Amino acid sequence: MSVSVRIPTILRTYTDGSAEVTGEGETLRDVLQKLDADFPGIGARILDETGKIRRFVNVYVGDEDVRFVDNLDTATPSGVQVSIIPAVAGG
Amino acid sequence: MALASTETTTSPGRVEDAHGKPFGPAAALSCRECGARYDLGPNFACIECFGPLEIAYDFGRVTREQIAEGPTNIWRYRSLLPVPADVAAKPNMAPGWTKLVKADNLARELGIRSLHVKDDSGNPTHSFKDRVVAIAVEAARNFGFHTLSCSSTGNLAGAVTAAAARAGLDACVFIPADLEEAKIVMASVYGGKLVGIEGTYDDVNRFCSELIGDELGDKWGFVNVNLRPYYAEGSKTLAYEIAEQLGWRIPDQIVIPVASGSQLTKIDKAFKELIALGLVEDRPYKIFAAQAEGCSPVSAAYKAGHDVIRPVKPDTIAKSLAIGNPADGPYVLDIARRTGGAVEDVTDAEIVDAIRLLARTEGIFAETAGGVTVGVLRKLVAAGKLDPEAETVVLNTGDGLKTLDAVADHARPTAVIRPSLDAFRTAIA
Repeated sequence: MSVSVRIPTILRTYTDGSAEVTGEGETLRDVLQKLDADFPGIGARILDETGKIRRFVNVYVGDEDVRFVDNLDTATPSGVQVSIIPAVAGG
Repeated sequence: MALASTETTTSPGRVEDAHGKPFGPAAALSCRECGARYDLGPNFACIECFGPLEIAYDFGRVTREQIAEGPTNIWRYRSLLPVPADVAAKPNMAPGWTKLVKADNLARELGIRSLHVKDDSGNPTHSFKDRVVAIAVEAARNFGFHTLSCSSTGNLAGAVTAAAARAGLDACVFIPADLEEAKIVMASVYGGKLVGIEGTYDDVNRFCSELIGDELGDKWGFVNVNLRPYYAEGSKTLAYEIAEQLGWRIPDQIVIPVASGSQLTKIDKAFKELIALGLVEDRPYKIFAAQAEGCSPVSAAYKAGHDVIRPVKPDTIAKSLAIGNPADGPYVLDIARRTGGAVEDVTDAEIVDAIRLLARTEGIFAETAGGVTVGVLRKLVAAGKLDPEAETVVLNTGDGLKTLDAVADHARPTAVIRPSLDAFRTAIA
């Protein structure tokens, strides 16, 4: 399953400056594992030491925040866009 | 007194000018999660852990007298903010020094001994957002940005477009397309571009976070994204003013609305600064957080005893508080628990009722966020969670004219009559 992954500015040092890279996997967990294999170290920036998505990172599959779906088990159908975004606030 | 160490920073991105420090007493950006420190720059997230960055200071000596000599706006506290010493002389909205209203009638109605309303509807664009934007404008100038932008639930959009107009910057702001009419008009009348996004505030926020990494957003200062560490500091001025207006005293308890949670965390930060600087007596205070039931992820986490926030899809008339995924929510939980306060929520009906109560008792017409704080205040008193004998402050962060629809059905003429005394006599009988 080929998906596109949008990389936030602060993680682009891992992707040679690329804002978007190709990922692969049936679920978000698979996509992030493959991402870390392609860009070593990036996974630890997104997931904490217990393997959960860090508190201040939001991950979207398509338009859905994965916290509203199945977290790391969220399905990543072919062609979908995965977005990794630092949490920010405002109002 | 130094609250933060003053490491010398020599980043190529660091801006200095001939008139002294462009960020005044600010010393560095510091990660709230892991403590990593960075040079002052247009950055908001920690490279190590994604945690939010905030300003660390080296205040030096600050006295009540110095502050009292300053202007009657937020710049009287410039020595406590990330702004240059000459900030007041630059074109800006000069917000702040809003009224702290002694609310005896409301206090009597609620059974409280001493109550004040900090009424921030008196700001230039009628909400507390003018405070935070004023700081962000200074940062935008320092970083050489030409366009001021934001994601907004409404009040911020108007504050940004107005401040950009005054400062001579371009503006392009983003809002959920279904906002209240008054907020749409206020955000667009000052010029610049106003873009409605089909979605919730959280969708708008996500869009802006992606825009900031794109060339379309190059040289843009998003006040609540890449300028957020600076912007957020503006909320500290609410706490400084409350303390000074009470005669340099921190209130025993305070009720604060929670959207992202940023304002509450900064009020707590400011109280701690005032204590550390010796400007007020070191005594305990309790911070109570107020949400609308239709968007109450922080309240839900508090009541469930959780440390993390589960995001929600907002559904409430309190649109200025409708942030379903509040980035500072975990810190609000920490502060409410540390200070012995609480987090509570009220229904839309209770919000409307509280808006009318505040208007009827004190002549203050609050927007829905003010209905949330007053409603929560009433609920906390009734539940015995808030001490009725202690000095209490409740915030109203915006003007009721911005959310007329919320109360329109409940605020109609008593009667419509012919212009005759008989008709009037009959109508009021």
